[in-house]
Amino acid sequence: MAIFDDFFMRALVAGIGFALVTGPLGCFIVWRRMAYFGDTMAHSALLGVALSFVFNLNLMVGVIAVALMVSVALLVLEKRQSLSADALLGILSHSTLALGLVIVSIMSSVRIDLMGLLFGDILAVTTADIQMVYGLGAIVLAVLIFFWRPLVAATVNVELAQAENMKPQRSRFVLMILLALLIAIAMKIVGILLITALLIIPAATARRFALTPEIMAVLASVLGVVAVIGGLYGSLHYDTPSGPSIVVAALVIFLISLVPKNLFGAKNQPVEARHD
Amino acid sequence: MSEQFSTQNALVHLDNVGVYRDGKWLVRGVTFDVHPQEIVTLIGPNGSGKSTSVKAALGVLSPTEGQVVRQSDLQVGYVPQKFALDWTLPMPVKRLMNLTQKHSHAEIERALELVGIAHLKSSNVQSLSGGETQRALLARALLMQPDLLVLDEPVQGVDFAGEIALYDLIKTIRDETGCGILLISHDLHVVMAQTDTVICMNGHVCCRGTPKLVAESDEYRRLFGARAAQSLAVYEHDHDHTHLPDGRVLHADGSIHEHCDHSHDAPREKEPH
Repeated sequence: MAIFDDFFMRALVAGIGFALVTGPLGCFIVWRRMAYFGDTMAHSALLGVALSFVFNLNLMVGVIAVALMVSVALLVLEKRQSLSADALLGILSHSTLALGLVIVSIMSSVRIDLMGLLFGDILAVTTADIQMVYGLGAIVLAVLIFFWRPLVAATVNVELAQAENMKPQRSRFVLMILLALLIAIAMKIVGILLITALLIIPAATARRFALTPEIMAVLASVLGVVAVIGGLYGSLHYDTPSGPSIVVAALVIFLISLVPKNLFGAKNQPVEARHD
Repeated sequence: MSEQFSTQNALVHLDNVGVYRDGKWLVRGVTFDVHPQEIVTLIGPNGSGKSTSVKAALGVLSPTEGQVVRQSDLQVGYVPQKFALDWTLPMPVKRLMNLTQKHSHAEIERALELVGIAHLKSSNVQSLSGGETQRALLARALLMQPDLLVLDEPVQGVDFAGEIALYDLIKTIRDETGCGILLISHDLHVVMAQTDTVICMNGHVCCRGTPKLVAESDEYRRLFGARAAQSLAVYEHDHDHTHLPDGRVLHADGSIHEHCDHSHDAPREKEPH
């Protein structure tokens, strides 16, 4: 298609596809307080990239495999209860990032665009990348929709979900796999250091306006898309790096949402739903 | 076990169940059944293993020893003890009703009316009081049309009048749907009069029996008078021993035995060993 000839249009299309997926998945990250967990999985992506080069694997396969290994390692270490979950996450998060950096520096034979991996290079996406974003994105969304009720039930109350045969352990596993897939998609677009921001900020912004989990998920997608469009045009206009610009645009939307509603002339009502 | 309930048609059957976690036995030697139309109430002090036993019965916890047999395709409605919803998750009451299964608007309306909170259907669950939350959770469990309704301290945060109303409601549910009910009482002394079997726990099953026998006893009248005779009954006794982490028993006189002797308990039946 003609519009894909333009690198900026390609970036827009890829970014929008990506934002559509981060919205609902980001809601689960916020609801389940998994922000640091998402960060850890994202940081491990660099180790995944490095190992893919060492073992001559497909980049996506390496990233997904390492992300899943890290989440399984976390589960095993949590069971031993020698350290708190956040300390374990801190260890895994930064040691995988550091290991990745060390391995990349050792391999003098391959040139890796480190800045591109860390902060994304959305303006360099190819038509094949767009196909990948929409293909994998559709899979992630389809799985999310299919498992929606068990996922929400397990988020609300694990024991209740277990008692009523909603298999909360499976839900947790599904979320981990989807997160690993999303990180693999995200590398080129916002980079592994900023992926968590695009998961959390649109979802957090949507919370204020959402009455149900479903509305919040859709709203988070919409707000993510707005952030991508705003950020990309902003980066074009001010000649700023694209990935960080998208995150800054998401932040601006979040800050605007914090302005009290009654400043806009609405009635003086509490934000929370009231009950009689 | 009452003679009207046989072991064959039990909804859930626990046989000598023990749960060992973090270096100690949370509960050991638990044997009981819940049958259709039967109301079973677990009482006992904090940490006596009531919730643990219920979670083992539901399959939330897997027992370290013993056996749990649930009827195949058993539909459970569960009202958990702790229900803290993260503020970040928007959840109106009517959406909570569809948590594990989708129901029609009419059904939801009816269930909320039954528990008396129809006016709260659009409220956020986080903004409900303790009693309102309990009612909402009960309505949700009812919508599952359960074979087995499990309530972990259903009257916590509910005032005295509301407590009697809720117990009446639970009885009505049992009479109308014929489901079995497994209840944990938050109060060591007070149980529903309609309870068929009271099981007192103290790290194991101490004793069991019908509450009616106790309600008619002089001891009960002395404690509660006629005040609560309509809706409430008492099943009172003393714990004269504690259970050591290794499963042995420390009696009040300081002696340690392999087993506890419960011959002091008035209304009880023989353990089916």
